[in-house]
Formats: sequence, structure tokens, C-alpha cells
Amino acid sequence: MYQYDVIDREFLTDRSNEFRHQVTRRLAGELTEDQFKPLRLMNGLYLQLHAYMLRVAIPYGSLNSRQARRLAWVARTYDKGYGHMTTRQNVQFNWIKLKDAPDILDALAEVDLHAIQTSGNCIRNTTADPYAGATAEEIDDPRVWSEVIRQWSTLHPEFSYLPRKFKIAITGALTDRAAVKVHDIGLILRRARDGSLGFEVIVGGGQGRTPYVGPTIKHHLPAGSLLSYLEAVLRVYNRHGRRDNIYKARIKILVAALGAEEFGRQVEEEWAKIDQGRADLGDQELARIRGAFAQTPFETLPARSEAFEVARAASPALARFARNNVKPHKKPGYAIVEVSLKAVGQTPGDATADQLDVVADLAERYSLDDLRVTHAQNLVLPHVKLDDLPAVHAALEAAGLATANIDLISDIIACPGLDYCALANARAIPIAQDIARTFADPDRAETIGELKIKISGCINACGHHHVAHIGILGVDKKGEEFYQLSLGGSGAEDASIGKILGPALPADKVAPAIDTLVDTYLAARQGEERFLDTYRRVGLEPFKEAVYAQAD
Amino acid sequence: MPKLIKLSGAEAQWADDAFVHVADEDAIPEAGDVILSLTRFQAEGDTLLSSNSRRVGVRVEPAEEVEALVYDLPRLSVVALAFPKYRDGRAYTSARLLRERFRYEGEVRAVGDVLQEQAGFMVRCGFDAFEPNDGATPEAWTKAAARFRHVYQRAADARPIAADERAQQKEGAL
Repeated sequence: MYQYDVIDREFLTDRSNEFRHQVTRRLAGELTEDQFKPLRLMNGLYLQLHAYMLRVAIPYGSLNSRQARRLAWVARTYDKGYGHMTTRQNVQFNWIKLKDAPDILDALAEVDLHAIQTSGNCIRNTTADPYAGATAEEIDDPRVWSEVIRQWSTLHPEFSYLPRKFKIAITGALTDRAAVKVHDIGLILRRARDGSLGFEVIVGGGQGRTPYVGPTIKHHLPAGSLLSYLEAVLRVYNRHGRRDNIYKARIKILVAALGAEEFGRQVEEEWAKIDQGRADLGDQELARIRGAFAQTPFETLPARSEAFEVARAASPALARFARNNVKPHKKPGYAIVEVSLKAVGQTPGDATADQLDVVADLAERYSLDDLRVTHAQNLVLPHVKLDDLPAVHAALEAAGLATANIDLISDIIACPGLDYCALANARAIPIAQDIARTFADPDRAETIGELKIKISGCINACGHHHVAHIGILGVDKKGEEFYQLSLGGSGAEDASIGKILGPALPADKVAPAIDTLVDTYLAARQGEERFLDTYRRVGLEPFKEAVYAQAD
Repeated sequence: MPKLIKLSGAEAQWADDAFVHVADEDAIPEAGDVILSLTRFQAEGDTLLSSNSRRVGVRVEPAEEVEALVYDLPRLSVVALAFPKYRDGRAYTSARLLRERFRYEGEVRAVGDVLQEQAGFMVRCGFDAFEPNDGATPEAWTKAAARFRHVYQRAADARPIAADERAQQKEGAL
């Protein structure tokens, strides 16, 4: 893993001091709230319904045990004992006091964590495949490039006051676990026919009010030219993105207005004028960063573990966990272990301080001190020996963290919704809990198979409902919470935007409607089809009929 | 009338402002250095410059492109880049283009909603004169501009980036 050096650390100290100075100026009345707002946002501090929310950056979703323990400590000391994993692999604390924020940032900086650019109209924390460095299907390690972008984008003097927020995601694998096609910039690592490494560059994807699957504007950008090309994209956006209307300010609107081809042409024109020798990172620094990720001390192990096979045969719970939460690793004798934060009755993506400590201990002892936060609001122990799986499973089970439902119907993505968020129209968490209860039978969930439900409490779509197999959007109808269902979206490599099923439903009709949708799918399913595949084959009508016939 | 802060090396200092901002609806004074809008400069700039008796600056709004000034840059003493709101970041791009692409060596001045919080970014993008509207003193400006000991990306200034520092450390260690 990448380790901060003295430069990275001094940078965080300076940032922390700057923010303390700004808070002092705000509290002394030298800065108006209007002037202070963008400054606190660029340090991850939002004003929510009940308190300030602090969003801590987890660059490319990667943590070590010391950092995870510090997050647990912050949750205990300054929050109500839990933290929330976001769809952009960050961690949020919902109950923060402004006066404590500088102390929290100091405490985080001690373990190389920060909240820089987790909000505001700047380049946000870059996200990546949570299986990076562990999955066999990867062409190159996306963390290397995420770290390159982390450094380049940190307090970028030209691109810190963009028209709107700007999110970049990277994957090096064919299976897209980073939702790259619905980001402002999505990067897919690819090898050209001659073997040279490059990126497919997707620009102008996004969700919110106007969802788009982003178009590809460059099929093969030589990897070494990444930063100069990003500079060109950001410059065209900074100059020409709309600033007159917050809802039309994202780059997707500019790309859609110009057309992907014309936008791409403008980027090429700007790129040609940039001095690439200055803008791109030198080979030496790139090698230093690559080296930091390459030094994972794997052992040489047999591909099969007798201990695991025996334990699995004896324990149906471990067998179920292995079927759903354990993924193949690139090294023989190792596995990737997903830790679900979607137990029945739980708030999706929440972990208590005690649970964070347990996972930190497991990461340190069993996963080469490496822990990941996923886009789907779960955690990952990326490098667990097969021999250790029974012990890891037992420890997770004891902490209430062994729910075997990864990518199944109860592995729901949900935004904080009206329980916390000042923007929300409706609650998201109780709906998720309702659905999870409806499908609590694990055998039935496995029979249904991969089904991604995502819930947003408002049209800003933080819960990614547009790209869900079944999306749920909370709307406000004369003071009452209603929920609009959409089908057929995907945020993965087969990205698409879901279609609205029909009129919005009251809260208590949502879980029964999902039940009906599932029954309709199971009746129509052919072979190994996922819900999404069946939907794509048969279309919206049978589902619509089933749900609304019943409602009448 | 806002006071002018100018950068001399890493130090910000008060400076006498010889220039008068001339609004589009006002007459150009008989004598003295003036800063005009881009539109007005494009209409009347040649006459003013050819008189050779005074210095001329141009104020560029965020939606205007500095490319429009390329042929006049050698004759301009000031390019004033406007921040109608401090959240409008287009002038940072304009400043970098003036310095890095067009090699402009005159004064690049920040005008409008200019706060000390922006000092670091502005200096890095090539601004060397500022009309702060938050009452910032040169001391506060110098401090704000130098707050970060390290930077991660190349811009219009000559600061070594983190990668350069690391390479140097490595050489020193050998």
C-alpha cells in the first residue's frame, strides 16, 4: 500500500492549520456563512438537518488497520458511535459540532487521513475498484493511477472552483465495481494490441436530475499522458461549463449540449497546446508510486485449503458465506472477503465503532493490513488466506458482520435520506429495512440471485436509483412520502438508466411491490438469467401489469 | 477605492495604484494610467496606446477569453481578471494561459470578490497583484499564500512539486 511520506504529512498539517484558522475567522465573524461555506465544504463539512456532517476521504477506498481504528475512535468520541460508508467509498459522520471539526481533522491527519475535497465544486476523492491488487481479472492496478490523481488534484490551483463537483472513478478490471460510466470522468485501464497500457476515457456520465451513461471520448489514452489529458478536460469544463444554473452545471450537461464528438475535439485541441513534459508525471515518481502498491507480501500457497474445505462441509453458514461473500483472488490460496454492512434491520452502510475495530483487527491479522470500502457501501478484506476463512467468518459472525448477501436483494444501496439529509424529500433507510425484512429468508434470496436495489431520498440520486436493477426514488406528494420505482438500470460494465415503472407508491406498498416484481421475474426467468437479464428480454410491461393490477 | 497589494518575490506589499478603473459609461480621463473593459479596449485601445503617454490595462470578465488579447499583450501593462463571485474559478485558467501559454510578463491583477483564502491558488496561477475586498493586509496575504509548504501539481509559478522534492531527496541520499 502507498505510505504517506514527510511531504504528504506536512501537507496535511498545513491543511489542518489552514482550516483551524478559517473556523476561527468564521467564529469571530470575519467570514460570513456565505464566504465560509465553500471553505468548509472543501474540508468535507456539510450542514445537515440536525448537525454538521463530516465526510472523510478514503482515497480509492483503501484503509489500513490504524486508520480504521482511528475512524472508530472518532465515531465514539465525536459522533454517536457509528460511521456511514458512502457510495463513493468515503466515511461520513453525521453528528459533528463545528467547534470540534479542527480537532477531528488533526486526529485524522495523525493517521494520514483527511477530508480534503470530499465536498465542494472541486475534484472529489478518486474512487477505484475495491478489489484492486487482489482480483485476477485486472489489467493494471487502478490504485496506482488513483494515487497519481489524488496528488495532482489535491488543492489544484486552477480547478478548485469549478462550475460544479467533479468525480473521477477508475477500474482496471472488466467487471466494473466502480460505476465508471456514471462519473464525470470514468477511466478503464486497457492494453492496446501492441501491449501498451492506456485508458479508455469516458466523460459526462452522471446521475441526479438528468442521468447519463457517459460517452467514450478517447479509446486509448497512453497511460503516461493521463495528467495532461485530464488537465485538458478540466480546462474545457472550467471555461465552458454552465455557471448560471446549479442543475445544469455538471460536465454531463456540457458534453450533452456540445455532443461527445465536439467535446472530444475541443479537449484534443486544448491537449495539443499543453506542454506535456511539464504536465505529466515523470517516470521516476510513477515508479515510486507503483512500487508502493507492488510490495504486497503474498505467501506461496496451495490453491486448495483442506482446513477451509473441511470447515465449509461442516458449517452451512460458512458454506453460504463462501458462496456469496468470498471472491476469487489472483494468488493461489487467497480469497477476497466481502463484509456486508446490510444485515436485516440495519441502516445500509453503517458500521458501529466496535464493528470497525473488529474489522480493523481482522485486516491487520488476516488481510495484510489492508481494508477496503466499496461503492456498494460494504467493506472488503482483500487478501485473506483460504486457511483463515473459518476464523475470519467466526469473528465476523460474532460481530454481526457475517450477513451472506453480497449483490443479493437485501444488499441495498441507500442514501441517508430524510433521516439525516437537508435535501431529501423522503426517508430511504426505513424502506431499505422493510425490503430486507421481506427477503430475510437467505435461501429465497439466493434463489433470486443477483438483484441490485438502490434507494435515493430525492432526485439528487445519491442512492444511485437510476442505475439500479430496481431503483426507488423518494418523492414528496403534499407532505407525504411516496416512492417511484424504476427497472432495468445498471451502474456496472453493462451500464444503463432505469425506466420508470408507473405512478409512485406509498411507503407501505413498496416492499410488497418488490415482492411482486420478484415473483414476476422468477416466473419468467429462463436458465441462469439475473433479474436484469429477464427484464431486458421481456421488457417493462409484465412487471408493470403485475404491480399495478394488484394495486387496483 | 480598494487598496492594491502587489507581490514582490514571496512578499506581498502595499502598492500605490497608478491605474484608474474606467467604467464603460464613463469618459476616459485626459491623462493617467487606465484599466478598460475588453469591449472598450477593442474599440478605443489602439488610439490610447498609440498616444504613448500613458499605460493601459484591460479588465477581462470570466466569460471573456484571454485569447482575444494575444496580439496586444506586449503593449499591455495590466490584465485585470475579474471575480464577480469568488466561487467563479474561470479567472484561474485565464491567468495560467496568460503566463504559461502566452508568456505575458506584465501585471496580472485579481479584482472583484477577492479574498485571502484564494491567495495560494492565485499566486500559483500567476497573479501578482490583488485588490482584496475582505480587508486583507499584505501580511495576511503573504501568510495565506505561503501556507502550504508543498504543492502537488505544476502551475504558472516555478515551485518544485512534491515529485521534484522526492527526486531531489533521493539524489541527496545517494
